[in-house]
Amino acid sequence: MTIALPPLQSPEAHESLQPTNWLRYFSFSLDHKVIGLQYIVCGFLFYFVGGALAGVIRTELATPISDFVTRETYNQVLTLHGTIMIFLWIVPVVNGGFGNYLIPFYVGARDMAFPRLNAVAFWMIPPAGLLLISSYFIGGAAQSGWTAYPPLSLTTPAMGQIIWIVSVLLLGGSSIFGGINFIATILKFRQPGLKLLQMPMYCWAMLGTSILVVLSTPVLAGTLILLSMDIVAHTGFFNPSQGGNVVVYQHLFWFYSHPAVYIMVLPAFGLVSEILPIHARKPLFGYVTMVYSILAIVVLGLVVWAHHMFTSGTPPWMRLFFTIATAFIAVPTGIKFFNWIATIWQGRIALNSAMLFSCAFILQFVFGGITGVALAQVPFDVHVHDTYFVVAHFHYIVYGGTVFVIFASIYHWYPKFTGRMHNEHLGRLHLVLTVIGFNLCFGPQHWLGLNGMPRRVAEYDPQFTFMNQLSSVGALLMAISTIPFLINVIGSIWWGAEAGDNPWRALTPEWLTSSPPPVENWKGAAPLVHEPYGYGTEPGLVDLKVATGSDLWRNS
Amino acid sequence: MTSTRPAVAVSSTEIEHAANDHNSGHAEHPDLRMFGLATFLVADGMTFAGFFAAYLTFRAVNPLPEGAIYELELLLPTINTAVLIASSFTFHRATKELMKGAMGACRGWLLTTALMGIAFLAGQMYEYFHLPFGLTDNLFASTFYALTGFHGLHVTLGALMILIVWAQASQPGYFTPEKHFGIEAVELYWHFVDVIWVILFGILYLL
Amino acid sequence: MRIPSAIITSVAGMLLVLAGFWAANYSDLLPESASLNAPVYDELFKVLLAIGTVLLLGMTGLVVYSLVRFRRKDGDTLDGPAIEGNLSLELFWTVIPAVVVLFIGIYSYDIYDRMGGMADLNGHEAMHPNEQLASVRTSNQKDSERIWGGIAPTGNADVLPVEVTALQFAFIFHYPKQNITSGELHVPTGQMVELRMKANDVIHAFWVPQFRIKQDIIPGQTTMLSFTATKTGDYPIVCAELCGPYHGGMRSHVVVQDPGGFDAWIEKNSPPTLS
Repeated sequence: MTIALPPLQSPEAHESLQPTNWLRYFSFSLDHKVIGLQYIVCGFLFYFVGGALAGVIRTELATPISDFVTRETYNQVLTLHGTIMIFLWIVPVVNGGFGNYLIPFYVGARDMAFPRLNAVAFWMIPPAGLLLISSYFIGGAAQSGWTAYPPLSLTTPAMGQIIWIVSVLLLGGSSIFGGINFIATILKFRQPGLKLLQMPMYCWAMLGTSILVVLSTPVLAGTLILLSMDIVAHTGFFNPSQGGNVVVYQHLFWFYSHPAVYIMVLPAFGLVSEILPIHARKPLFGYVTMVYSILAIVVLGLVVWAHHMFTSGTPPWMRLFFTIATAFIAVPTGIKFFNWIATIWQGRIALNSAMLFSCAFILQFVFGGITGVALAQVPFDVHVHDTYFVVAHFHYIVYGGTVFVIFASIYHWYPKFTGRMHNEHLGRLHLVLTVIGFNLCFGPQHWLGLNGMPRRVAEYDPQFTFMNQLSSVGALLMAISTIPFLINVIGSIWWGAEAGDNPWRALTPEWLTSSPPPVENWKGAAPLVHEPYGYGTEPGLVDLKVATGSDLWRNS
Repeated sequence: MTSTRPAVAVSSTEIEHAANDHNSGHAEHPDLRMFGLATFLVADGMTFAGFFAAYLTFRAVNPLPEGAIYELELLLPTINTAVLIASSFTFHRATKELMKGAMGACRGWLLTTALMGIAFLAGQMYEYFHLPFGLTDNLFASTFYALTGFHGLHVTLGALMILIVWAQASQPGYFTPEKHFGIEAVELYWHFVDVIWVILFGILYLL
Repeated sequence: MRIPSAIITSVAGMLLVLAGFWAANYSDLLPESASLNAPVYDELFKVLLAIGTVLLLGMTGLVVYSLVRFRRKDGDTLDGPAIEGNLSLELFWTVIPAVVVLFIGIYSYDIYDRMGGMADLNGHEAMHPNEQLASVRTSNQKDSERIWGGIAPTGNADVLPVEVTALQFAFIFHYPKQNITSGELHVPTGQMVELRMKANDVIHAFWVPQFRIKQDIIPGQTTMLSFTATKTGDYPIVCAELCGPYHGGMRSHVVVQDPGGFDAWIEKNSPPTLS
């Protein structure tokens, strides 16, 4: 059945009900573009908080003894760092931020399928985040890591842990609402004539991600409810002294938290698939295999969780099964990377910030993927589990991977969001500082883990001092790198050149409208784009403005 | 010279539509609320799936202390199960009456369903008060109360929603055979709650 | 005359493989190896490092080359070639990684087996819990001896049992046969040691980097680790699971001595007996 909504008011009529100027970003707006930007900006604010917490960690670790903050504080800091970065920065920004902004454009719709649910999902985030952060000031935050393993999470101060649980439940709920919205919009809201295999790749990435969100996040919710019952009602689900089983918690927790890493990375894969073809002026290589890869990653991602438990209460057969299953994920993931390289190969590559951040992503994520395949092997993991090797691995994946894509995406879509061009020099400065800082920070951590430094410690064997100091210098550089970034994204709003509708001469629907787009996304009908990657010149064509003599007789 | 293969197709019907489109692009779009609800119920089902997995694992590998009671009396819960299953049928009957336009009969069956749901809850309360174990007695007890309690919350919410749509249905014309999302949605939710109970009953009481 | 791309690719491939070999054999990234399974682990590490080096250098080369060779010149407004796929190329880079990954998986299984990881944790005399699924189990003697995870001893050699108790924030080692309790672990070279590990409060873990083995110590679930030390020395035992504020300070020592030295330590520390 179809429902007819009341006719859309012209923008002037809105003023009495909803702000239409900058205030709308602070309101309960139903516009997916506003919500998308709310997610992004809110996410960045939490990123800076999480980054400050990382600064505390790296300052503490610049010396081998615990001399910067108390040990309890340090454990709170590391818990909040992980929790904030995952649930308040990466998941909201790549899913809720870019997802909400772009998906309606890509399916040819004026908005998401459920605009009110969309707004509700966003507005759950700031209070949940503030609640979590406030726990630090009210009696202390949770201290058991973002993984909250019992019995430790049952024996540390209860208030902080309960606030952590409530906050994560709210954030998980927000994520689930978003997932429902994306599935409905992508599967059911496409404009007539747009086939599934004609959608931009980001739609497939968000569809796969949202399936993971809907299937796995509720399991975390249930687990945390049981954990909270142990704390508040003194049940013993995970309390061995009452006959409970702590390993069951780990299984339930990781059933969500492994797909969670794909929830953080698959949207980034989708975004890169949008950025590379445009700046290399070539079609995305291997569209259909890219789709199958996403689906394979979604399916496999649900059955590999116990590779986080190779040294836990797991019998040999279980460890073996999860080794094999996890190793398989490397195949569809690798395919995507080869396809991206093939996309830029023989292209006409513009070396702008968006492209360079994307290329850095490719190399850094491959590095993280290699250490990931290594970690998937039980005998290898037995030595490095819960050491800085793992910390290095996942930061290469989430920071060197997803965060770099977030930056690439900001530089790519900034003209569309704001109508202004950002400053390329500042963008490249940001890139150089971030690449050097990031690799200096996390590269040495591989060696630290291999040679005996465990994770989640404020004090370590003095033989590790030099590498830790290198790492801390890298972290400082990363902190400094935010300065050119902030000057750029804030300053360019006033100083940037006007962008026009389509500064990148792109083909996807969001570029076929004004910058920023009107409330209804396009004036007139939504464009039906059958080939979102339809770039390509006839072979043999020559651009006379730049051709040289040798171009005319060379075989290229 | 530049050349890019054309990749944007704007058909002539779309150009016409744009020309006639006075409402700046608004069009009728499909009602996806049932789809959204179904997706949400998948998510809710996965929460229960997590609980079930935990319970079955505890059963398989975690011994209970000597003398722990884990055999449950079956008479009352079986009656309760029958009541809940039957209430799915009464709800379905209500919808059939609605589709015939018989709002009075529809309301009657809705009320019956709600009352059966409340009866189920009453039965559960009675059972809770007469069980030989409390919430924290042992792992089985805790899991029992957690699972049935979480389900009971869902039943409570469902019964409330049935009463709400029952009240809404008293307004003439509020629900029609063509337009009755509220009743449809609550029906799907109610069936979901029923199916979860059947699984729960199976693994908690029968296994 | 331009060099055919096939030759360039082959030479690049050979250089990459050489780089992989070099990285594997001439890098010194691991701590010393002091147990029987450590060199086995190091073999796996070398293979993974070699494959990883080839892959990373190869991808880096391709990306950097692309950015240089195919960069857009100023004012160029043309597109690149409209290549949307290449079936044989895609098959190539699906099959090769699948084969490599399969090889790594099977090789790892072999390594884990040689490290003793596949040994049955509970031997033949334990009850099999799976048979009990249909009924609710009540506790009995056997459960407290059940091993829930870890690496069990292999072979029929004479095993030295040690009971490890982990608590916030220390390890305690008890030798049941010799009735010695110590804050340090002493072991002889050449003899298989079986650690039965229990935790009193929260999850801890036992890790000796020089032995390349680790196992969580889980309250309510006895776990096990087995190893044979091969090199005398004093190595750190590191707690590798967040167990509270002093997790970073929860460390001990494993002192590996030759059999004579170990026997002397046993004698020196044995409780006195009435003569």
